[in-house]
Amino acid sequence: MLALSRWKIILVLGSLIFGILFSLPNLLPDSVLAQWPGFLPHQRLNLGLDLQGGSSLLYEVDTAALTQERLNDLSAEATQELHDAQVTFHGLASTGGAVTLTIDNKAQIDTAASGLAKVGGTTTSGREVLVAHDDAGNFRLTMTPTAVQQETRNAVLQSIEIIRRRIDLLGTKEPDIRQQGTDRIAIEAPGESDPQKLKDVVGQTAKLTFQLVDESAPATDASTVVPPDDVVLPYQETIGGGAPRFITVKRRVAVDGGMLTHAQMGFNPQTNEPVVEFRLNGAGARRFGDITTQNVGHPFAIILDNKVISAPNIQSPILGGQGEITGNFTTDSATQLSLLLNSGALPAPLKVIQQNTVGADLGADAVRAGVIGLAIGAGLIFGFIILAYGLFGVFAAMALIVNLFMMFGALSMTQATLTLPGIAGLILTMAVAVDANVLIYERMRDEANSGRPAMAAADHGYQRAMSSIFDANVTTMISALIMFSFGVGPVKGFAWTLSIGVLTSVFSAILVTQLLIGWWFRVTRAKTLPIA
Amino acid sequence: MTNTPLVAGGPSKRSLWPFIHFVPRQTHFNFVGLAPYAAVLSVLLVVASAASLALHGAKPVNFGVDFIGGTKMEVSTPGPTPLAAIRADLASMGVDDAQVQGIGAAGAAIQFSAVTGQSPDAAPAFVQGKLQSAIPGLKVTGVSEVGAKVSGELIWGGIGALGVALLLTLIYIWFRFQLQFGFGAILALAHDIILTIGFLSITRIEVSMTSIAALLTVIGYSMNEKVISFDRLRENLRKYKTTPLAEVINLSENERLSRTIITGTTALLALSGSIFNPASALFSLTATMAFGILVGTYSSIYVALPVILVWGVKRDDEEAQAIKLGPGSRAR
Repeated sequence: MLALSRWKIILVLGSLIFGILFSLPNLLPDSVLAQWPGFLPHQRLNLGLDLQGGSSLLYEVDTAALTQERLNDLSAEATQELHDAQVTFHGLASTGGAVTLTIDNKAQIDTAASGLAKVGGTTTSGREVLVAHDDAGNFRLTMTPTAVQQETRNAVLQSIEIIRRRIDLLGTKEPDIRQQGTDRIAIEAPGESDPQKLKDVVGQTAKLTFQLVDESAPATDASTVVPPDDVVLPYQETIGGGAPRFITVKRRVAVDGGMLTHAQMGFNPQTNEPVVEFRLNGAGARRFGDITTQNVGHPFAIILDNKVISAPNIQSPILGGQGEITGNFTTDSATQLSLLLNSGALPAPLKVIQQNTVGADLGADAVRAGVIGLAIGAGLIFGFIILAYGLFGVFAAMALIVNLFMMFGALSMTQATLTLPGIAGLILTMAVAVDANVLIYERMRDEANSGRPAMAAADHGYQRAMSSIFDANVTTMISALIMFSFGVGPVKGFAWTLSIGVLTSVFSAILVTQLLIGWWFRVTRAKTLPIA
Repeated sequence: MTNTPLVAGGPSKRSLWPFIHFVPRQTHFNFVGLAPYAAVLSVLLVVASAASLALHGAKPVNFGVDFIGGTKMEVSTPGPTPLAAIRADLASMGVDDAQVQGIGAAGAAIQFSAVTGQSPDAAPAFVQGKLQSAIPGLKVTGVSEVGAKVSGELIWGGIGALGVALLLTLIYIWFRFQLQFGFGAILALAHDIILTIGFLSITRIEVSMTSIAALLTVIGYSMNEKVISFDRLRENLRKYKTTPLAEVINLSENERLSRTIITGTTALLALSGSIFNPASALFSLTATMAFGILVGTYSSIYVALPVILVWGVKRDDEEAQAIKLGPGSRAR
């Protein structure tokens, strides 16, 4: 095993160069790194939330709003079903967690009940909606608990997807987004020191609708009485402040954000103001064309999350499915709105439950303590192993240095997030790396003491220690991989550094020392081992 | 080449360096002989750990805000916020597991779970009053209740992952060694986990997210020890087919003694950089790991191997005689 084969030399040197190249960006100041040629690696260690600071946000899906929205849909469905069954009714309301209505003719109770039974979809355990009625013809439709749960679960999963898309578009590195409990979403973004930016992007529902303005019922404030198929909405807060303005719009949604295929920031050619340009899909383009054709000269409200962005007059029919949203945009706010529109609307509003900001100062403290601790630890290991094993100890120490370079290089290259638990993984890895060399050297001693010549003893040392090293590292690797695939948060970070460490430490402890000891034998032609 | 005096001397003329020359080539400790005493010690330690967990009632270990939530107070100061001074003040007024995180230059977020001698309702006002008198100009900009960072789901997910990992390890050991080795290892790991949790309970070290990592490290190190020990035992079982199991165990442990000591020392040295600095963020992590390394080394010799000793092992295709330890041990 001590033969200096060419592939072994190439492998070790190659790995060392790889390790140094990929570790180097961590050691260089920004100014040097900026002038670094493009083909060299630039990535630094991706420090986690605990080491670098950042933001952690905990959101809760507003289940009440979600249920209310679903009830509104159900009430529209109920209207349709009763209309189809030719049942007239009054007092339709969808408040207090139920849709209620009263039919006009008590003789039609059975007809109405069978019609309403079709309302809503199915869940894993039967119908989504429970229909109850009394002899007076009062109907009450409620969602089953299973339906509410299912709705919530879907909303959380969908929200996570949308949030991930939004944060990715924002360019924050390695956000950790996960479901917590049944209706909560935890977001962690390392390096994001200003959570406001994150909250602007994550917390906005971004439900965009286009609705016609009812000019016959102008609104002066939120309590203006308007016809039943109209609704009073406020304008978005303008930058200069001033009194809030209101506008009456038709309840019916002409076109909604779901029909958007793409949005981007642009400039209005006349005013040179920032605008959001959008493109609609086929169905949306047709409806947009029809409505703008029928309402030339009338205002059309563009509404985001129940606030009116603007209500421009329709100058001419818009037929191509392309348009622009004007408003009091800055380039930033127009860019942000396009980002939100591109990633889709959240199925339900999100509430911030908890917000943590870890200042970079504490992060730097923790990193410094960790680095100093590791450095002292590594120094003591070097000293001890050299004292214990002499020249062979120096070889082991050199292997450990190669291991450190490879580990930091691999961590920088994969951009895995290094956290405090990850540092624990690194410490364990260093101990296990030394252990491999100790096992080998102890075997060499045994072999030499049993009378083998030096070189044969060294060679046998490697061979016989291999089984222990193999078993020990395979067990560690199994655990690390399982914890990486099933674990969350700190468990995952720990498992990842451990997996990388196991691979690099086995490589360096075995191959690097083999090479060094092989060279040593060739140069000295030694007849005894220094450790025997 | 003659500049290698280490080589020239040879074993008969020992030089001072390297130290390994002082480690005897062969030792004859009777590890197995001490096993009954060790068994008593292990049982006592496990009972002590369980007792400490039980006696501390609602708070078996000192769960930090990560686990149980608490109060979050945001403060701002006219100049740069003296984070260290705030930490010291909080400690002096008996605030449990305070976490002070800087926000920008002139602000900080303080999280704590409880204050000694104060009711949960009175605690925020008490801390606010004390802090404002201690640090002139300090303003409290917000006080809120925060939930636990670690949800039940996260804990159970972690335990589940660990369970699967241990099960697969057991299967691997079964495949590479024998089933009883696997059970020995699992029992020893359980012993180590209980003792480490007991250690956390008795020392009242704050249990945070990183404690989970410390525990995982302890398990990782301990498993490594067990496999190394089994490996040597397996080898000697093949070599000395007729020697009683107890003697083979003694021999194996003596053979790997110097490795056990050197590796253990190395691992402890790796931790020593942080362990003597209680202010370091890594202190509780490394203290737990150091304890776990000691326990893991001990349990490899005195929990995993005695299980094998009592159960007996297969040698070639014949069942070996189980060793009678005394009344209560299993005889075949």
